[in-house]
Amino acid sequence: MSLKIVRAGMLDSIQDMGRYGYQQVGINPTGAIDKYAAAIANILVGNVYNEAVIEMRFPAAAIFFDEPAIIALSGADFNATINGNPIPINHAVIVDKNSTLQFHSPKNKSHSYFAIKGGMKLSKWLNSYSTNLKAEAGGFAGRRLLKDDVIELNEVPGANKIDESEPPGTGFKILPWQASENFGLDGSEQLMALPGAEWEWLDKNSQEKFLRNPFFISHNSDRMGYRLASEPLQVISKTELVSSAVSFGSIQLLPDGQLIILMADNQTTGGYPRLGNIISAHLPMLAQMKAGDKIQFKFTDHQTAEDFIVKQQQHLTQLEIACKLRLENYIHEKGHD
Amino acid sequence: MGQLPSYKIFPLGDAALIIDFGNVIDESINRLVHAVFYQLQKDPIPGMIESVPAYCSLTIYYDVFFIRKNISGQKPAFDWISEKVKEYLSRERIEVEDNGTFIRIPVCYEKEYGTDLDFIALLNQISIEEIINLHTSAIYRVYMLGFLPGFAYMGLVDEKIAAPRKQFPAPVEAGSIGIAGRQTGIYPLRSPGGWQIIGRTPLSLFDKEKENPTLFKSGDSVQFYSITKDEFENSKSGNA
Repeated sequence: MSLKIVRAGMLDSIQDMGRYGYQQVGINPTGAIDKYAAAIANILVGNVYNEAVIEMRFPAAAIFFDEPAIIALSGADFNATINGNPIPINHAVIVDKNSTLQFHSPKNKSHSYFAIKGGMKLSKWLNSYSTNLKAEAGGFAGRRLLKDDVIELNEVPGANKIDESEPPGTGFKILPWQASENFGLDGSEQLMALPGAEWEWLDKNSQEKFLRNPFFISHNSDRMGYRLASEPLQVISKTELVSSAVSFGSIQLLPDGQLIILMADNQTTGGYPRLGNIISAHLPMLAQMKAGDKIQFKFTDHQTAEDFIVKQQQHLTQLEIACKLRLENYIHEKGHD
Repeated sequence: MGQLPSYKIFPLGDAALIIDFGNVIDESINRLVHAVFYQLQKDPIPGMIESVPAYCSLTIYYDVFFIRKNISGQKPAFDWISEKVKEYLSRERIEVEDNGTFIRIPVCYEKEYGTDLDFIALLNQISIEEIINLHTSAIYRVYMLGFLPGFAYMGLVDEKIAAPRKQFPAPVEAGSIGIAGRQTGIYPLRSPGGWQIIGRTPLSLFDKEKENPTLFKSGDSVQFYSITKDEFENSKSGNA
């Protein structure tokens, strides 16, 4: 039972919820850039949130299945097909053996997640499956997935009994229930942030610009950070900051007056002024933006930011209970045909 | 340790906070940061995920959902954990322990590896020999690890070999020894970097196969010693 990468994508890597406990020696957490979508993909196939998933950018890999499997896609919709027939995101899909999953064009968003029931047979590095590309460790051989990589799968009891397809001969069946993309948020287009330790370093005029002006994601952006373009901002005095912690979502002021928002592959510490931090609940939204997209910042408080975390988590928990039940019933019924 | 120096608590987003003891590189403050760090490892605050010591600050990452669900309820986890931190720091005694190791690091200071030796010599009007003497004569403290897996921030180097960062980061090979201001450090991995490079060590500073993948931990003390190009190449091949 395995997956085979029959065509490599641009940057497809194994990720999970991240590697914690090693920032003290400079090992950054990495993990899925959109942890919410990664969790949903896992939940749809009845996995624990933290199971390894494949994070993909477009163009994404083509994947061959040598045995039947239950999979799900979430996050960006890259117009996926199984054996040439379209399949939706946010649904569990039964895939027959000798089928191929392909991605054709990016409909929206920038990162897509692939989860498979039972998970992939990989070994953890420092308690996590996440690929640390810089350290060349974790994930699959510490690197992005390449053509002809074969990823062994964990056995799933009962899975071989559900190798039906609908319509017959297509090689797959879409299970009817769907995960909503509801973030548990109010749909506001502004990215909420909490002020950072060096917010007061900005001059008054720049503080106003930060909160009023639009910022655009530049092409020079990746899993380490999204660089933004806008009118440059200025600090009151050129004090040098002694290196201190930064995190996923930290908004730093670069020496040229432009901003960078640190993303999932952020380094553990840095020496640029930290003007603010995007709130955790808005990181998935930010992660899914693309070069050229517009950002508007809005400060909020801990109460609001934390309430969103709690709401999102509750949404995931409810979804997990619902999906588990439906999936188990489905496999159970089919197992007794 | 008696009375604590003053500190501020800043949020680092909605799931971490920074205890900041002032924007300085100071050995006694850094020892205090580590004292709190080790104490928190022994006696962690509920909901804490990890803590990260830096020069003059300690950052605590925490699980908001866990704290809200099990402890603080409707009230912000940040308020609760800030109070906990204040309580923690107001304790009568915080023991400053020294559990650092003394590590000697061989460095080849040939220009082939020390690509910015000429720059520092010109900038500070000293000979390359003098740079090597000054760099190898002091014992440095590992103030913190960060930036890259296993990258140790050490100091302080003599004023006479201090140098500003490069304006634009350049590619740096693994094992390269750099200087930035009065800090010195070693790049464990190949990376873009802005420090002025003065030599290279054949030692491996990061090994993902090891249980502790990094050679250094913060609190260690380090002394460099000069080796020839032959010695560098021999120990490099001995490593492989």
